[in-house]
Amino acid sequence: MSRTRLDVRKTHKLYIGGAFVRSESGRALAATSADGTHLDNFCHASRKDLRDAVVAARNAFEGWAKKTAYLKGQILYRAAEMLESRAAAIAEEIGRTGISSEAARAEVDLAIDRLVYFAGWTDKFTQVFGAVNPVATSHFNFTVPEPTGVVVVLPPDEPSFVPAVALLASVILTGNAAIIVASETAPLPLLAFAEILATSDLPGGVANILSGKRAELLPHIAGHKDINAVVDAAGCATVQEGAAVNLKRCTRRILSPEDWRSARGENPYWIGDTVEYKTAWHPIGI
Amino acid sequence: MKKKTTAPLRRAAVTVLPPVAPAGRKPVPAGERRLRFGDKWDYTPAPESVPVKIEPKHGLFIGGKFVAPRAGKYLASINPATEEKLSEIAQSGAEDVDAAVTSARRAYDDVWSKLPGRERGKYLFRIARLIQEKSRELAVLETMDGGKPIKESRDFDLPMVAAHFFYHAGWADKLEFAFPGRTPRPVGVAGQIIPWNFPLLMAAWKIAPALACGNTVVLKPAETTSLTALRLAQIFQEAELPEGVVNIITGDGPTGAALVNHPGVDKIAFTGSTEVGKMIAKACAGTNKRLTLELGGKAANIIMEDAPIDQAVEGIVSGIYFNQGHVCCAGSRLFVQEGIFKTVIRKLRDRIQTLRVGNPLDKNTDIGAINSRAQLDKIDELVRSGEAEGAEVVQSSCGLPAKGYWFRPTFMTNVTMSHRVAQEEIFGPVLAVMTFRTPEEAIERANNTPYGLSAGVWTDKGSKIFKMVSKLRAGVVWANSYNKFDPASPFGGYKESGFGREGGLQGLSAYVRLD
Amino acid sequence: MTPTVDQVMVEERAAAFTKRSIKTSAKLSGLKLVVSMMDLTTLEGKDTPGKVAYLCRKAQQPIEAKYGVPPCGAVCVYPSMVRAARRFLGEKSPVHIASVATGFPSGQYPLRTRLEETRRAAGDGADEIDMVIDRGAFLAGEHRKVFDEIVAIKEACGPAHLKVILETGELVTYDNVRVASHLAMEAGADFIKTSTGKVQPAATIPVTLVMLEAIRDHFFATGLRIGMKPAGGIRNAKQALAYLVMVKETLGDDWLTPELFRFGASTLLNDVLMQIVKTMEGNYQGADYFSLS
Repeated sequence: MSRTRLDVRKTHKLYIGGAFVRSESGRALAATSADGTHLDNFCHASRKDLRDAVVAARNAFEGWAKKTAYLKGQILYRAAEMLESRAAAIAEEIGRTGISSEAARAEVDLAIDRLVYFAGWTDKFTQVFGAVNPVATSHFNFTVPEPTGVVVVLPPDEPSFVPAVALLASVILTGNAAIIVASETAPLPLLAFAEILATSDLPGGVANILSGKRAELLPHIAGHKDINAVVDAAGCATVQEGAAVNLKRCTRRILSPEDWRSARGENPYWIGDTVEYKTAWHPIGI
Repeated sequence: MKKKTTAPLRRAAVTVLPPVAPAGRKPVPAGERRLRFGDKWDYTPAPESVPVKIEPKHGLFIGGKFVAPRAGKYLASINPATEEKLSEIAQSGAEDVDAAVTSARRAYDDVWSKLPGRERGKYLFRIARLIQEKSRELAVLETMDGGKPIKESRDFDLPMVAAHFFYHAGWADKLEFAFPGRTPRPVGVAGQIIPWNFPLLMAAWKIAPALACGNTVVLKPAETTSLTALRLAQIFQEAELPEGVVNIITGDGPTGAALVNHPGVDKIAFTGSTEVGKMIAKACAGTNKRLTLELGGKAANIIMEDAPIDQAVEGIVSGIYFNQGHVCCAGSRLFVQEGIFKTVIRKLRDRIQTLRVGNPLDKNTDIGAINSRAQLDKIDELVRSGEAEGAEVVQSSCGLPAKGYWFRPTFMTNVTMSHRVAQEEIFGPVLAVMTFRTPEEAIERANNTPYGLSAGVWTDKGSKIFKMVSKLRAGVVWANSYNKFDPASPFGGYKESGFGREGGLQGLSAYVRLD
Repeated sequence: MTPTVDQVMVEERAAAFTKRSIKTSAKLSGLKLVVSMMDLTTLEGKDTPGKVAYLCRKAQQPIEAKYGVPPCGAVCVYPSMVRAARRFLGEKSPVHIASVATGFPSGQYPLRTRLEETRRAAGDGADEIDMVIDRGAFLAGEHRKVFDEIVAIKEACGPAHLKVILETGELVTYDNVRVASHLAMEAGADFIKTSTGKVQPAATIPVTLVMLEAIRDHFFATGLRIGMKPAGGIRNAKQALAYLVMVKETLGDDWLTPELFRFGASTLLNDVLMQIVKTMEGNYQGADYFSLS
């Protein structure tokens, strides 16, 4: 087929604090398909972009955490609805990475289902993972899970989309604010998803998406003292050592691509990775 | 004439009534109103009399037997109340640690991981009973070894130790109910390192859930307080716990490091300082070792104007002076709403006069010995820094024994958030007192710390309690109470106070794999 | 405004007093102090001058002089027995006469008869009047009424000391006890007292603690030292020592005197005496060796 016009190549921006921004470094990278075809460009996030994302996440955290569980569920479900309506576009973006269009569409459908699944957990995890504790003194004692704060999510490169969406949902459903570092080899689907999040009801800053070179960002993620937790599904074990500086909660979730697409890819126990259990005591008396 | 209607039952109604001065009694002038806590009628010494036989030298507990350390090195274990040597404990080297881990691995593979939960539970029940039966002897030993008042080791530590084994015993065959939708499996060999402030209780917090979930254990107690853990080992023998299920290695920092770094350990649980916790987190980084940390704190105890004040003062006292203040969750920062500041300080000043400092074995002692010379020096240095930074130091006027390590119950006023004594964990009977004006300000100040282990809130208003509880970034919040513990109640911190929980349903997850 | 009271914490604090270990000389001196603080009481429908005489004799000399036990603080009798008590004890007796006036134990009588009762009891020789408050009025929120009645009765007492019985068992909550204590002291009580002994629960350690804390606040507010009298339910020496511990650690040395602390009891005395003799002589004692009254 002969080409009659030149493609307008897009440079996908970073998604920070609900806004699309270019890297403050001005750097960009080329996204290519599996066979090396140049697709689009995307921003190459710097240390300062990470810093800005942490500030945005920290600012968004309290307001998001305070929203009712019901509303958080509504908002996540709304994101699923939005993704469903834009499924074709995302599937095309996934397809451009070099997998079949059927497989691409299946991955989007799975991501939608993951969102719906975790949306339903917002108003249940407290009941399932919390407790009223029968202490031996005259006290009412209960334990509730609360969001830990600002969480960095490192999804795997492959699959490029489903794990990122599933992990993001499992992290923010409790009230955390997240920073996701997109797949290094195929960042475009997640960056396209950012455009869906931007027009959903999710408050700006609750989900921030960075792209670029993961290894460059890792030491800064590890060392940043306003990050509370890191969920590593990309095999970035090196982040853990530096993360000790402020005792970040570090979790490794290393699954095979098949597992990410199986029932193992939507584990409700992941919620426990980024919550803090708070136990309150109060005397029972008159 | 219109009859005056009476007000409904309201507390405020009383104060509008004009006071009537009783005839013939002269009020004490305002400047001279003081309570005298003297010796008009005083208690005579009441030392605990249960004799405890302490071996002059203690080996390591490996594979169900007491063995000598390979290198033959021993450390002195001192009674901090007398500065006399109680016994010697073994200094474990890398070879000893390796032997202990190997023993735990063998016990895990051959016996413990194969034993049905019900049978594991029965061992724990048996251990709990034995602890109850020997609790007086254990309490005396705990007090001699660590310096805590016998009143606390007898009425708090030991009952709680037994309760932890009882609680977790019951979980051993019910774990699938703790983790709906999953079949929990043990993690493997757990390396556990515990501090000197609640030696036996911390051993129970660590060992009981690990065993209930099917793991085997290598425990390292603190080098100043290893004797009760070693006595616990005898109880394991008596309970016929299979050899190697629990191994106890004594020694100092390098022993702990060897345990943390041992490749045969699947899980590390540590209770201690944040500084060491970070070192352990680094050491475990990049390995497959699971990690839980229960670390330091600088808890805020917040007293609102509408608090039950006299009980709040008791909460302040138990919050900071319990166990000489050697408590990670101690309420070491007191925030008092400005309107009641003077009243609270006056009551606190009177209250600390009644605290009895001295011989930990005396049943009337409220505050025992500081655990070690090093800890005493640290407390002293921090209090001096407070004075140098302009704080007013208030101490009880009690006498102190000539020998041993002691520190009078102390609080400091004129402290601001930037004082060292308001920021650093003192781990002694020293309270930093600050004020606030509004609940928002109290929350903001309480949360303004890298720690997040615990907090206290005192107010009579229910809705305010729930607001404060939800806003405080701390793992345990005591409302109108302080320093309450229970095996069913999870304990652990936010932020740099560590991660993971001990006790309760949530405490089990540290010791299981969920596939 | 009186502070509220947290039940769990106040009971926990109260329990701590019972855990003090009081042995040897501390026990002996404590128990003798307890005897000196005792309002030896008989409040029965079948009381007679004869019974009261026995009581007075026991209060004057609880046990053989060789044990060095002081006389009791007072005898506590119904108003109709005041004369008999005074006749037995004589004027200027170290053992005071306390009388429960004011429609004891319910207080559900017209104020004028209660005032008259008070005047007569005082006139007959009572050194101390133990009045009951109108709990019905208090619980109905008529604090002013309760206050005014205490003021009036205080006036009717003349030089006699006034102990105000709150009947804490009917006030039920510690918050009420705290408010009523405050009210009674503001109205001129010389002592506040827990109970009539006719309602359960009577005195308890925590309820007494709440009242001692109210006394403490009142002292700092006014400079006046008000006395405390737990009554009813204190049956043995160990319990009594726990009360002493509580006074020592709550109000301090100044209150460790019969001037400011009394026990209202009838059966307590002999248990205390048995413990005194046991502590001095070493043998466990039997009831047959102690005169009933």
